[in-house]
This record gives sequence, structure tokens and C-alpha cells, in this order.
Amino acid sequence: MSEAAIIRIENLNKTFGNGGNAVVALDDINLSVKQGEVFGIIGLSGAGKSTLVRCINLLEKPTTGNVIFDGKDITLLSDRELRDVRQSIGMIFQGFNLLMQRTALENICFPLELAGVSRKEAKQRAREMLNTVGLAEKENAYPAQLSGGQKQRVAIARALATRPKVLLCDEATSALDPTTTQSILSLLKDLNKKLGLTVIIITHEMKVIEQICNRVAIIDNSHIEEIGTVDDVFRHPKTQAAKKLIFPRGEMTKSIAKGGKYLRIVFDGNSSDQPVIANMVLECGEPVNIVFANTKDIDGKAYGHMIIQIPDDPVIYHKITLYLDLEKITYAEENYDV
Amino acid sequence: MFSSQMFVLVAVGFLETLYMTIISTAMAYIVGLPLGMILAVTDKDGISPNVPINKILGGIVNVLRSVPFVILLVLVMPLTRAIVGTSIGSSATIVPLVIASAPFVARMVESSAKEVDRGVIEASLSMGASTFEIVRKVMLPEAKPSLIVGAAIATTTILGYSAMSGFVGGGGLGTIAINYGYYRSRTDVMLIMVVVLVLIVQVFQEVGNIISRRCDKRIS
Ligand SMILES: Nc1ncnc2c1ncn2[C@@H]1O[C@H](COP(=O)(O)OP(=O)(O)OP(=O)(O)O)[C@@H](O)[C@H]1O
Ligand SMILES: [Mg+2]
Repeated sequence: MSEAAIIRIENLNKTFGNGGNAVVALDDINLSVKQGEVFGIIGLSGAGKSTLVRCINLLEKPTTGNVIFDGKDITLLSDRELRDVRQSIGMIFQGFNLLMQRTALENICFPLELAGVSRKEAKQRAREMLNTVGLAEKENAYPAQLSGGQKQRVAIARALATRPKVLLCDEATSALDPTTTQSILSLLKDLNKKLGLTVIIITHEMKVIEQICNRVAIIDNSHIEEIGTVDDVFRHPKTQAAKKLIFPRGEMTKSIAKGGKYLRIVFDGNSSDQPVIANMVLECGEPVNIVFANTKDIDGKAYGHMIIQIPDDPVIYHKITLYLDLEKITYAEENYDV
Repeated sequence: MFSSQMFVLVAVGFLETLYMTIISTAMAYIVGLPLGMILAVTDKDGISPNVPINKILGGIVNVLRSVPFVILLVLVMPLTRAIVGTSIGSSATIVPLVIASAPFVARMVESSAKEVDRGVIEASLSMGASTFEIVRKVMLPEAKPSLIVGAAIATTTILGYSAMSGFVGGGGLGTIAINYGYYRSRTDVMLIMVVVLVLIVQVFQEVGNIISRRCDKRIS
């Protein structure tokens, strides 16, 4: 990954409609994506994610603002020049959007035909791409004969056939089951590493971001609320929007009693394989309520977050934080009214 | 009554009807297919919206479609005479048939084109396809099964119109049915013509459905 920005979005605004029924979908967006990184954009439904990603290849024309791709302001280009630029920006979708009357191979040939590549060369390139996505044996299958995961693989092969520098993914795994999601995400990560491909991922699922992104932007209500490395944003979410996404309300259990203090405990792999919470309860002799937990085990080390509720008593608070300090466990106090 | 003379009569009528129908359908598509695609593309939700063009072409199509065929038949007689040299016979009937059916074909093509998944068109745009490339490489091939069913419907509609033209000497099975069945009260002849017409319609319809199903890769 280099420090050079491949995409810079500057003061971007997008308003749909006008007058009384105007909808502001994007409000003063500024962000830059570095060459070779996997950049995530996460937000709740209606936040403006799709609009933002569609502004990157100008499928949606920004109301104001600039989109700089590879050093060129593409909002200034003619239709013809823009079509050329689009061949260096691949895109995949939640609904796959394959040509239903073409086979997998012919689908991958499609962007090559548009780019003026000869039929023979296009076929050869398409076969290579099918190989890359692990579907060599399906070249003559029609989309209707493929599973969702296979369709998305064909879509990825198609999007990358013209060797674009950037791949835009709009909810590319949202229609897939968890196992297939995993395999598509690892394929994307692989392509990112092998080809140096810059990947921009739009999602409403934190899991997707966690798994493959280097940096993440949190978009809420048409605004970018927070941008940072995935690690930073996860460990120290600053904004309410970020917290809302990292600890989805629906997944929290109800607290036993109202009030009390909330502590967010971060497992970043440093903590030992000890059962931290159980030990803490035993050591301190105080009850805690686990309000939210999202942890996973990687090589015997715990990663993730947990929010616990402790009684609103300075002594207990002190005891517990002292214990966490001793154990070198990262924590932060949170205001959560569940 | 079922003389060899009658057989020749039916055979000639059948061929004339087929000739009118096929030539008219082909010509209606030469005009209607591009027209329908332009209507779909320039629609306000199309890939290249153009309200003035869409309104003007759409208006012409609507006006032509709202004129009943029998009236159109008489209305365009001067034009027919100018083009073909006569206003009777099967070649002459092709002129009003094309004028009446091209707008109808255009609307059917337009609706088939609009059935193409918006997402697929988006994806093509994202790959840098131009409007023309989308029409030729995406909309037409993706809409093919629906276009074929539409063509079968158009053909049978034109067949019906051609029979109607029998009243003004249009030639084909329609003329025979009217001359014998209506003016000479030969109900048997009229019935035979009706049966033959119904059979042709069935065959066109069925063949259209079979071809459409064969070429549709969404099923199978
Ligand atoms: N073509 C359009 N015309 C009018 N309003 C639109 C249009 N496209 C999007 N919007 C509005 O813009 C806002 C952002 O929409 P967008 O599709 O970008 O959200 P999203 O974050 O992708 O949501 P989701 O997760 O549901 O896909 C919404 O309020 C939506 O209603
Ligand atoms: Mg969306």
C-alpha cells in the first residue's frame, strides 16, 4: 500500500430532486482512498452509501464537488472520456447484475468487447479471469445455473477483466449466506494483495469491515462521521454513529437495572487466555452485567469488544478499573442508556 | 362444393395473406424496432432521457394507434395509390398495414426493452458502455425472449388487419371470405376461411412461444 491517493473526493454534495421534495443524500463529503488499500464505507440503510459509491464512477452526477481519480478531476470530463475512465474502475453489486442471456465466459468478455479487445484475446483473458476466481469449469454456464456466490465470482471476474485500478463493491456480499460471504471476502483480499488492487467496500455490516478493510469511513445521515484505521475506529469509536454501528442496539441484552455505569472492554489479542470477566468478578466480588459482546478467538487470543454494566458505586468502579489496569486490559467508560 | 377450383382459391388466398402479413410485419419492425428503442432510451427513466423527442414520437405513436384500422385503410388510399399505383390487392394493402402496425410494434418493443433489469444496465454503464452499445449489446439481447413473443403477437394482429382489409379489396383470405361469404352468402366458404385464419394464428403464436422459450437462458 502506498501513500498516494488514487481517489480523492472533495466537498461532494448530492441532492435529489429540488424545491420542496429535495432529498440531501450526501452532505460535504471529503475523503481520500490510498492506492492499494481496502477502504470500507459503512452506514445504516439510507445513509447515502450507494449514492456515494455511485458518485465515484459518476453513475450519479454530484450536485457540487469534485472526484479526483488518479490525479484527474473526472467531473470535468466529456461523456466519451468518462467512459474510458470507467474502464479503469470496476464495480460489483448486491444483485450481481450479470447478463442473463450470456454465459459466464461471455459475461466476462463483455467489458473487453466494449474496450475494443479482439474476440480471441477477450476469450483468452476471460478464461484467465475465470481461473482467478476459481470457476474455470463453469465457463459455459448461464447465470441462472449458478449459485449466488458463483454469480458474484463471475461479476468480480467481469469487473476486473479490463484490469482496473479500483474495484467498487456496493453491498457485494449482502445477498449471500455467511460462508459464501467469507469466501468472497477472502477472494477480494487476495486480489487486493496479488494485484495491488484498490478495493472500496460499501456495507452495513461491521463484520465485513473487520474482516478485510484497512481503513473505514462511517457515514450517517449523509455525513462522514468518522474516518480512520479499522483498529482505531473499533477500539476508540468517537462518535455516536460509530458506536451505534459497532454495538448495534438490537444485539444488546437489556440491562437488569436502570442506571449504573457502562465499561467497554477491548480485547486486542494482548489479553491472556484467562477468562477475564469471570476472574474479575471473582477477584472483585462484585456483580457485572454483560450488555454486549462481540469477540472472537484467533489463535487462542481474544479479539473484540464487550460492554459491561456495573453498579453505580465509586468504590466498585474503582475496584474493577484497578483490576483491569493491573491486567493491562484496554477499557473505556461509555454512556449507554439501553 | 369442395371442388379443386375452391382448393386453388383457398391456396391463393392463403399465400396472399401470408405474403401481406410477413412483408408488413417485417416493414413494421424496420420502423417500429428503432422507434420503440428510441422511446425506451429517451424515457425520463431511460439511459439517455430526452423529454422533447420522447413526447413528440410518443404523441405520433399514440395518434396513429388511436385511429381504427378500417378508417386508416380508407384514409391512406391516396398515399397507397401514390406508392403502389393502385389501392386494391395485397401489395396495396401493405401500405396501411405498415402504417397501422409500426406504432403498435414500437410500443411492444418499448415495453420489452423496459423489462430489462435496471441493474444490468447500471453495470454496463459502470463498464463504460455507450448508449448505443447498451441498446445493441444489452437491451436487445436481454429482451430477446420478450421481443420474440411480441413479434408473434404483432404478426397475428397484422394478420387480423389484413383480413379486415378484405372489405376494400385487400386480397387474401379476407377478400375471399367477404366476396363469397358475405356478398354471395356462401357460409361454407366463409367458415373455411375462418378456420384457416384461426389455424395460421395458432401456428404463429405457438412457434413464437417455442422460439422464445428455446432462446431464453433464464430458464432451462
Ligand atoms: N434516485 C434517487 N432519487 C431520489 N432520492 C434518492 C435516489 N437515490 C437515493 N435517494 C435517497 O438518498 C438517500 C440515500 O440513499 P442511498 O441509496 O445512497 O442509501 P444507502 O446508504 O445505500 O442505503 P441502503 O443500505 O438501504 O442501500 C435516501 O434517502 C434515498 O431515499
Ligand atoms: Mg445502498
